[in-house]
Amino acid sequence: MTALVDQLKRGLDAPICLTWELTYACNLECVHCLSSSGRRDPDELTTAEAKHVIDQLRDLQVFYVNLGGGEPMIRRDFFDIVEYSIAQGIGVKFSTNGAFIDADKARRLAAMNYLDIQISLDGTDALTNDAVRGDGSYATAIRAMDHLRDAGFGPFKISVVVTRHNVDQLDAFKALADSYGAQLRVTRLRPSGRGVDSWHDLHPTNTQQMQIYRWLLAHGDNVLTGDSFFHLNALGEEPLPGLNLCGAGRVVCLIDPIGDVYACPFVIHDDFKAGNLRDDGGFSKIWKHSALFAELREPQSAGACSSCGQFDACQGGCMAAKFFTGLPLDGPDPECVGGDGELALAGVAAGSVPRPMGDHSKPGHSKPASFTPARATPVTFTRR
Amino acid sequence: MIAVDAAGEALLAQRLALHPQVALRPEPFGALAYHYGTRRLVFLKHPDVVAVVRELAAHATVADTLDACGIAEQRRPAFVAALNSLVASDMLSEVPAP
Repeated sequence: MTALVDQLKRGLDAPICLTWELTYACNLECVHCLSSSGRRDPDELTTAEAKHVIDQLRDLQVFYVNLGGGEPMIRRDFFDIVEYSIAQGIGVKFSTNGAFIDADKARRLAAMNYLDIQISLDGTDALTNDAVRGDGSYATAIRAMDHLRDAGFGPFKISVVVTRHNVDQLDAFKALADSYGAQLRVTRLRPSGRGVDSWHDLHPTNTQQMQIYRWLLAHGDNVLTGDSFFHLNALGEEPLPGLNLCGAGRVVCLIDPIGDVYACPFVIHDDFKAGNLRDDGGFSKIWKHSALFAELREPQSAGACSSCGQFDACQGGCMAAKFFTGLPLDGPDPECVGGDGELALAGVAAGSVPRPMGDHSKPGHSKPASFTPARATPVTFTRR
Repeated sequence: MIAVDAAGEALLAQRLALHPQVALRPEPFGALAYHYGTRRLVFLKHPDVVAVVRELAAHATVADTLDACGIAEQRRPAFVAALNSLVASDMLSEVPAP
């Protein structure tokens, strides 16, 4: 396995898994949105350009794409793009808040092969969910899940970003997924996009990280994680299922709505931009020859973590989490389970933290919600 | 030398082929195999394993395939183990004789 991980760190001929945000337009404005979505960008790829991207991915033998946004179903050519991709032999998984899945759409989606749907949900009740994803978003997601079940879609996925406020609901999320015959997917919160402002109030506490680790060890084989919790591997002898490495620019990348290619979905910033699809050579040239990706595939220095005995277990954590909290990339993750990240965060000078780029938040977007610390179960918090 | 056990012998006598819903993509370490039905991704970690997997459908048994690919006797247990795990994950399936 180690030899394979070393090989993966040197990059693959094409991504295993590619995230493609189709639009920055969104009906919601989640406080942790990794792409600061809200308004459509006037430069978004046209239908013809999107199909040309799919042709390139087909030629590279990319097996499937993860479509997202913004809300991808807002695009009027959404079904056109999905159907074209599947016809080219590229499977589609897409993430949605469910607002555009009515009974008719659910039946249309259920009739398609090689299609997976992830409904985003960040609480098993409206109070918890809507504080992060906005008023009414819980009811919207449940309605979409009902439609998918009634249409016989099969096992869709419920996708949860684990926060301080929903970590106690992991069992309830699992039960909810089971009740729909759905599969649960839980992923790590990153301080990306609008998350740069909400992360400090939302990210799990160190005690909760142990709770997540134990829960994933107990349920990991039946729960998807996008392999996003590998920083928790330093908590015990037993590693979590999945690949223990940062895949940015090595096995994954992001195509954003205007064709910019970034190392991963969580680093929308010029420092991690490898090129644009509209440049000569298209996606293939970027993947194979961009200076940024070449650099990410070089052996990375463990830096301040090199003296830590747990480095092999956690691999220094997540690049995006470090970058958007102002920490050096060759040091501890802000959520380092050994507590080194917390110490490092205390030393970050005010105003020195990089801001995400390409903010597409709606005008007058309310500033991030403020949360009061949870004192008791059930978790209570207020939104300004 | 580790010998192939009884279960291994059974595998060697089978006619196997890549599942029709599986795609192989060459990579420097070997290949990626993706199953469009189960959505599972598997790493084939050696070019010789990839060569064997690609050849399976053209031969009457797994043993014949290993012979045709020039896999030495002492490497057979490792190949049997690799192929067994690919059968278990539905990447390979048994096919009837033509």
